[in-house]
Amino acid sequence: MAEHTVKAFDEDITRLRGLIAEMGGLAEVAIAESLDALLRGDEVLAEQVVLRDKRMDALEMEVDKLAVRIIALRAPMADDLREVIAALKIAGVLERIGDYSKNIAKRTGMIEGRARFEPLTLLPTMGEVASEMVHDVLTAYAARDPDLAREVIATDAKVDGFYNSIFRNLVSYMVENPSTISSAAQLLFVARNIERIGDHATNVAEMVHFAATGVYPPEGDR
Amino acid sequence: MGSSQTIPIAGISLAAVTFAALLLLGIDVVIALAVLTVWVGSLLVAAGRPPDPPKAKTRQRLTIESISDLIENSSIPLVITDRNTIALANNAARRMLGPHVIGQDTRVALRNPEAISLLGDNAQNEAIVRGLVRRGDIWQINRQTIDDRLAMLEFINQTAEADISRAHTDFVANASHELRTPLAAILGYVETLQEGDGSLDAPTARKFLGIIEREAQRLHALVSDLMSLSRVEAEKHDLPTTRIDLAALVERAARDAAGSNRIERLVLDIAAEPVVLGDVQQLEQVVRNLVDNALKYGAADAPVTVELNLAQGDLARIAVQDQGEGIAPEQIPHLTRRFYRTDPGRSRASGGTGLGLAIVKHIVERHRGRLDITSTLGKGTRVVVRLPLAEPEPEAAGSAPDTDQETPREPETEQLS
Repeated sequence: MAEHTVKAFDEDITRLRGLIAEMGGLAEVAIAESLDALLRGDEVLAEQVVLRDKRMDALEMEVDKLAVRIIALRAPMADDLREVIAALKIAGVLERIGDYSKNIAKRTGMIEGRARFEPLTLLPTMGEVASEMVHDVLTAYAARDPDLAREVIATDAKVDGFYNSIFRNLVSYMVENPSTISSAAQLLFVARNIERIGDHATNVAEMVHFAATGVYPPEGDR
Repeated sequence: MGSSQTIPIAGISLAAVTFAALLLLGIDVVIALAVLTVWVGSLLVAAGRPPDPPKAKTRQRLTIESISDLIENSSIPLVITDRNTIALANNAARRMLGPHVIGQDTRVALRNPEAISLLGDNAQNEAIVRGLVRRGDIWQINRQTIDDRLAMLEFINQTAEADISRAHTDFVANASHELRTPLAAILGYVETLQEGDGSLDAPTARKFLGIIEREAQRLHALVSDLMSLSRVEAEKHDLPTTRIDLAALVERAARDAAGSNRIERLVLDIAAEPVVLGDVQQLEQVVRNLVDNALKYGAADAPVTVELNLAQGDLARIAVQDQGEGIAPEQIPHLTRRFYRTDPGRSRASGGTGLGLAIVKHIVERHRGRLDITSTLGKGTRVVVRLPLAEPEPEAAGSAPDTDQETPREPETEQLS
């Protein structure tokens, strides 16, 4: 991005991007740790995930304030404006991803008979794909790389595939083992949350693409 | 340092002018002289001391450019931060984090909350971060403050170390398990024999002794395999130097592996006499292990073909082909892992240690060769080892056995009996 005559403007934009990156890092870790907590039944770790979400909320507010300030004081144009608007929207989405992770973490205590609970083994791989998507989309954001953003959008199909197969798997498991229905139903929500995380990562990727090029990615990619 | 440089000429001339002015004002010559002496004397005493090292100046010389020259080619990723932004990233860091990070907020490059704890005012100096670049990698980040603005971040990749130590732990756990299994059987039967106090009939006792012997043999095989594996691994980086005629070696080792009771199943097809640089015992072990595997896991009455020929001009190719049930494709990548077995029960029953192919792989790697395993389910498995040919010996360059000018030996297929 070209330098601006007003140096403070560059500083503001840099700070905005830094805040987004920090939120993204938190979101990535939250996904991994919430699933880890769920899998191992580690309530302490789950508690940490929930606590850390507060930091996410604070960061989102900071992004909002800064973005509004930039718009009000500097009246950005063209790619600068796109950058600020995208940051504003991405922050909202990342906060949402954080909420989903928090939601997963909160279900840690609700799974019974963890050691022999077979459907639990399918979730981590799905979670890894989703957290990889978040990781890649943030790299795309940092590098302003529309190609990588499109790759992330394409990966979402994988997460959806996982979701469908886990859904079927869990339903048949519930039919066979009615005693585990309450735990399995929790896992359905978890799978759903991960699927939503994938969708949100896709949204971020679209915004990254928009901020970098000025157009949304072609429909065929989605 | 020349004394002329230290004499404060300006000061002395000022003193001289003052002296003249005092004289003109009509002050006593003695007083004026005293003033001049004290003035000039104090100037000289002050000038005699070496000037203070210009601290501020050296600070300033540590500019971003000079740091860049210093760190650019370091193999450790290094990043210089100026307050909250990345001022500089050396070549290794740019490759690791992407070239876009320069000029951006440091959080853009680090992202991970652990890593971000390194930034800010009351920052820590060290953090271990997982998944910084790729999933599951581990980086140690050290932060060193250069001055009130600049700081240096140093990235040390700990991933390999963690992998190695995990592989090591796995290996020790596996090896102990493998060693304990036959030992448990031996101890159990010995105990039964002891407690029997002669009440066991002779055939049962013989049977028990037979089991004990078999298990002891297995233990023995396991320990020798472990020893050869560790020996090969220890020598992994030394290229073997002995010139070896592969044709003779392959034939000898293959017959050796087959033994007298399985020799009819062995078909040797030696079409070349390549010379390679190698270690005789280790290459014999490669052939022995492959032939033994093929005879063991191929169909009981089907032949096992051992081929030796040249490939791509400068490689010797040893291929061992069996006819049997083959190996499922998803298992092939794991075959060379230590203690990996496609069918544990069968492997143990036939006295396998689970180390044979691991040893083969290490030996082939030491010889800078290649190991390829292909298999068709229901038909059989083919293991191919390719070894680089030795350079022809200078004095015997014309008579190198494996060059094109020489008529290769007629491909002969001999059915051994």
